[in-house]
Amino acid sequence: MKPRETFYDVMRRQGITRRSFMKYCSLTASALGLGPAFVPKIAHAMETKPRTPVIWLHGLECTCCSESFIRSAHPLVKDVVLSMISLDYDDTLMAAAGHAAERALEETIEQYRGNYILAVEGNPPLNEDGMFCITGGKPFVEKLRHAAKDAKAIISWGACASYGCVQAAYPNPTQATPVHKVITDKPIIKVPGCPPIAEVMTGVITYMLTFDRLPELDRQGRPAMFYGQRIHDKCYRRPHFDAGQFVEAWDDENARKGYCLYKMGCKGPTTYNACSTIRWNEGVSFPIQSGHGCIGCSEDGFWDQGSFYDRVTDLTQFGVESNADKIGMTAAAGVGGAVALHAAVSALKAAQRKTQNDVSEEA
Amino acid sequence: MAHDTIHVPNPDVEPLKSARLAGDATETDVESIRRRTSVFVYEWPVRLWHWVNALAILVLAVTGWFIGSPPPSMQIGEATHQFVFGYIRFAHFAAGLILTVGFLGRIYWAFVGNHHARQLFRLPLWNRRWWSEVFYELRWYLFLEREPKKYVGHNPLAQAAMFLFMTLGLSFMIVTGLALYGEGLGAGSWADRLFGWVIPLAGGSQALHSIHHLGMWAIVIFVMIHVYAAIREDIMSRQSMVSTMISGHRTFKDDRPE
Repeated sequence: MKPRETFYDVMRRQGITRRSFMKYCSLTASALGLGPAFVPKIAHAMETKPRTPVIWLHGLECTCCSESFIRSAHPLVKDVVLSMISLDYDDTLMAAAGHAAERALEETIEQYRGNYILAVEGNPPLNEDGMFCITGGKPFVEKLRHAAKDAKAIISWGACASYGCVQAAYPNPTQATPVHKVITDKPIIKVPGCPPIAEVMTGVITYMLTFDRLPELDRQGRPAMFYGQRIHDKCYRRPHFDAGQFVEAWDDENARKGYCLYKMGCKGPTTYNACSTIRWNEGVSFPIQSGHGCIGCSEDGFWDQGSFYDRVTDLTQFGVESNADKIGMTAAAGVGGAVALHAAVSALKAAQRKTQNDVSEEA
Repeated sequence: MAHDTIHVPNPDVEPLKSARLAGDATETDVESIRRRTSVFVYEWPVRLWHWVNALAILVLAVTGWFIGSPPPSMQIGEATHQFVFGYIRFAHFAAGLILTVGFLGRIYWAFVGNHHARQLFRLPLWNRRWWSEVFYELRWYLFLEREPKKYVGHNPLAQAAMFLFMTLGLSFMIVTGLALYGEGLGAGSWADRLFGWVIPLAGGSQALHSIHHLGMWAIVIFVMIHVYAAIREDIMSRQSMVSTMISGHRTFKDDRPE
């Protein structure tokens, strides 16, 4: 078996200059929040370490994660990471199909037992023995368990794999289940978002290659460097939020001025992601910048958190469309009415007793 | 002397002599004085906590409402020079932290204060008699009893309500509130480290906002009932209510034993 190629080998073979390679290393270091001292470390890792094999599985999903991934801002990032992955297994992106593709999967598992990273896009539906998602002639959940068994670590790409996303939204007929609830014995890194930002995806892979370990994860298992802050915390419209200047209606004067979308139901204040710093499509824009509130796509169960356009969430548990304010106000009005009635009866009772006492004293 | 009084009278002493001579106090007033008693119930830290807490809740409810439904946009100056919503949120956080510190102080006082200071934190749920008194008080509120009983501290029904809405309710609002506060302070901050675990437990930040919001309404409803009951009991019960939370003294209006 010939020695495994390094990233650098692959890059050079693709005609990428060393200068461009170093640029990629600095860009990645800053994206990961690392100091300049880490640039040579990344370069060194890329030059010397054999490429980490990655198996990329697709379950119940829409492929938006892959679409995002191949649009990574720095062209090099795409080349580097894609060549790494397509060489091993990704049924959507690889040239092989059918039995050849499935054989590639088995070969990769066999060859790199315990050393490959399993990237999962989408999730397995568990209802009806997993029959709602069949890949390669078998329920996806079986393929997932099979590939996960010998994986070093698992990356849950996107909201589907991390939290379930739309297919797991109420009432979740297929019982779509996030990866970490099916595979419980492997380190899992969640990279939520619908889709996640391309630079976040490549950043996570680069970090794992460079330092040979998972990046620091937060309480929910997301890489802290990208999901440590809310969209709101770094939003360029934040000064308008603090000033109390809001868009009151779509296309009003305030919307044209670029005021805060808080009142339009923007979920920026409750959503952990890096959109307001890294942005999308080579840093061109992100939803809030184009005038629409954040829908909170990287949050757990964002489809079931009421309308994208309400500040205060509708609580459908109460059967009718209602929210905390409507329920609270109804209850408060009820109690207020009861108090008033009670006070009136109390006064009447007291007056009645007084009359009776007066009468008995007179008698 | 009547045998149904709880007082030991001092018949030789003439009370309110000068007031009587000046035409202020009447015979009935003197008779009333001989029958009334008072007990010192609430020490100053308890009373101070009550009013600081009340004020904090008022500020929290009003600013909390505005945080959920912001006031109409204002154009006082450029965003750089205007901080309207920032001040509303500041008031909310400041009042929330004052309430938290006050609540911790109140818990401390439950240990070192008199035994009335412990009523808020300990329900005698296994005491049959206590339950029967709860139902007695309930019947009084439903106009099924002619007359309420005398209580030194809280009546059992009020004690249960206090425990539910204040002891548990405030704890809930403090924990959920500080978890949300930790989001603003950032990952790794004290609030995030102590209470950040609440966010995934609630099912995300937006869901936590919703239940914190519902908690506000629970407390608003409690306040309405509390204020009404305090005023009503001040008038209709056999003891002082509102002034007790100012002076600390519970005054009884009659001298019957029960």
